[in-house]
Amino acid sequence: MLIAYVVLDGFDLGAGIISFFVARSYDERRLILRAIGPVWDGNEVWLLAAAGALFFAFPSLYAASFSGFYLPLMIVLWLLMLRGVGVELRSHVEDPLWWSFFDFLFSFASVLLAIFFGAAVGNVVRGVPLNEEGYFFEALWTDFQVGPHPGILDWYTVLTGLLAVATLTVHGANYVALKTEGDLCERVRRAAGVGWWPLVVLTALSLIATLYVRPQALDNFNSHPWGWLIPAMVVVSLVAQPLCRLRKNDRAAFLASSLYIIGTLGGAAFALYPILLPASTDPRYSLTVENAKTGAYSLNVGLVWWLVGIALAIGYFTFLYRFFRGKVRLSDDGY
Amino acid sequence: MDSALSLHRLHFAFTITYHYIFPQLTMGLAPLIVIFKSLALRSGDERYNKAARFWAKIFAVNFLFGVITGVPMEFQFGTNWARFSQYAGGVIATSLAMEGVFAFFLESSFLGIFLFGEQRFGPKIHWLAAFMVFVGSWASGFFIIVTDAWMQHPVGYEIAADGAAHLNSFWALLFNEWALWQYVHNMSGALVTGSFTMAALGAFYILSASQQEYGRMFVTLGVIAALMSSLFQLWPSGDKHGQLVAKYQPITLAAMEGLFHTESGAPIVLVGQPDTDRQELDNPIYVPKALSFLTHRRWEAEVKGLNEFPRHRWPDNIPLLYYGYHIMVGLGTIFIAITVMAGFLLWRNRLFRVRWMLWILMLSFPFPFIANIAGWITAEVGRQPWLVYGLLRTEHGFSSHVSAGNALFTLIGFMGMYTVLSVLFLFLMWREIVHGPDFFRGIKSSTVERVEAL
Repeated sequence: MLIAYVVLDGFDLGAGIISFFVARSYDERRLILRAIGPVWDGNEVWLLAAAGALFFAFPSLYAASFSGFYLPLMIVLWLLMLRGVGVELRSHVEDPLWWSFFDFLFSFASVLLAIFFGAAVGNVVRGVPLNEEGYFFEALWTDFQVGPHPGILDWYTVLTGLLAVATLTVHGANYVALKTEGDLCERVRRAAGVGWWPLVVLTALSLIATLYVRPQALDNFNSHPWGWLIPAMVVVSLVAQPLCRLRKNDRAAFLASSLYIIGTLGGAAFALYPILLPASTDPRYSLTVENAKTGAYSLNVGLVWWLVGIALAIGYFTFLYRFFRGKVRLSDDGY
Repeated sequence: MDSALSLHRLHFAFTITYHYIFPQLTMGLAPLIVIFKSLALRSGDERYNKAARFWAKIFAVNFLFGVITGVPMEFQFGTNWARFSQYAGGVIATSLAMEGVFAFFLESSFLGIFLFGEQRFGPKIHWLAAFMVFVGSWASGFFIIVTDAWMQHPVGYEIAADGAAHLNSFWALLFNEWALWQYVHNMSGALVTGSFTMAALGAFYILSASQQEYGRMFVTLGVIAALMSSLFQLWPSGDKHGQLVAKYQPITLAAMEGLFHTESGAPIVLVGQPDTDRQELDNPIYVPKALSFLTHRRWEAEVKGLNEFPRHRWPDNIPLLYYGYHIMVGLGTIFIAITVMAGFLLWRNRLFRVRWMLWILMLSFPFPFIANIAGWITAEVGRQPWLVYGLLRTEHGFSSHVSAGNALFTLIGFMGMYTVLSVLFLFLMWREIVHGPDFFRGIKSSTVERVEAL
């Protein structure tokens, strides 16, 4: 569910970032907003639903991680509020000053959210200072070192944060290119092309850094060789993107960047499994699938309602995206 | 005020109170918008569609604010109440997760179609979208109530080896006796808010001699819906809910009624300030024997006072509980009076000419918001000192490893953000109201011109 959130709301955030750099007029920014307008709220729901599902399946992991990551989570909440306001309220007043303010808010919140989300993944991979009770608390930063007492931001998580910005910018650009036409589309496509280089470099750097920070990451891959398909998928998705762009195949480029996200996040999960949240203090304190999961009855019942719910959600989303398919135009009603 | 527990309590209380201003209007307006869309489909009268479109604009801003203030709530169980989450998650995370998976996806998907898809998809799909948003928002309310009802009256659980509560009956959780009455009482309360808001706006349009036709439409639907929901709040939903409190939370009942000492033929109190130290009420006005009748259906029944129960089980803020309850009931009574009068005048086709009644309708619109929130204060302060009634005390549930300094930092952050959001909200609402249902870009309505001339 978390991966679905990142693929979906990821392009909303990416659209926000790209809008700042590429759009040259109020109308162009309005078009970008139109591209994500009807879907951004539903996309954000995946985050809520994922948090709910996390709470449901692993209550002690939910409790530990949310209180331990208290500060960045609160900041993320404020940023989500600002992003939502930036998107929705922009068109309510016909005034360029109003538009400028909300467009900036939208972009500003989008890029910061990308950094924080990237840093969050970095924190999970790097490990957190869990104590024997199963709780921890991280200040925003300590000494920027990756030791037993890290902060939210250290050199590793800043790196993953930047990787997230690159990933979501390219992903968002691919989506906007898919939904727009003409000159704006050309520029956005080129921006995605430009963004691809830092994406590759940061991907490589992050991989090396990850192996340095968590050498055990390769263990699962070695014991389950089919897992190598995942990084293979990441490489393919990276290579595919400039090829798709050359052929002006925006849909394929977007699928490729989606696959990239699925691959990198999936790969991280695969590397950690069955650990859900590693402890930087003592490995015995790590939270695992076994020690964090909820009771068997809940899980069994959950299988039923969750499957029904997700099937319905996928149904609505297909309905929704189908209805709003095609290029966005200024003449549509709406934003 | 510097203790971490107090700050975490205030953190949750503040954010949830502010949040609930919006969903009550959303849930209250949603069925009314469906009614307009239904009337439009059936009669073909375009004015109903315009009315629906107008309220959709109000609804959209309100819904957005509900979402952005609601997202923090999903997270706040984990951030500020981690120990509670670990204890109770095995039960309540089921209902909370279901809210996310069922209700949120439903309402957010169809809201997009409802707000932007009218031209593209035609009247029937548009009606369906409105209806699904209504269903989604009411489903959301259901799952939240189920969660709170479990905290008030835990059912369908067992305590596992790790000391945490685990669900052992899904249906017991969903059909918790407490949940069913709390739900209908809460939703009817939301309808009071929605209908009073609609009536108030209609009254404003009539009084300011602009948008008269729509004004009459809104007042008519608003007053009828307000009358039905206000009466329903008293009986059966309020009465039944009160009886549950009397049965399962007798200490809460005594505290909220200001009954310090056990009495047969106990009265209800209309006014009177509670003095917890001296255990008495200042300048009380009683209705004799009424409490005994309401709780046990016998005028001379004995109702237990606070003195029967050990102090450490008393709610820790009796005045707040007492006022929350009395404000809710007092306002509820006033709503019935207002809506009965307005309903009578409406029936006699005189309402639109009786200006003082229209003034009352217009000015009473903030009060349902206050009443709904007072009701929630009653429920949550009444549940104290428990987080999960009888199982987990509040002081054992907060995130003790999140210091007071961090809690205060984020509390101040939220207060600041919400202040700014409030200004934005009021500004946007006022614009929509001044534009009115006949407004579209480029052409000013007479209301706008009148306001601009001021």
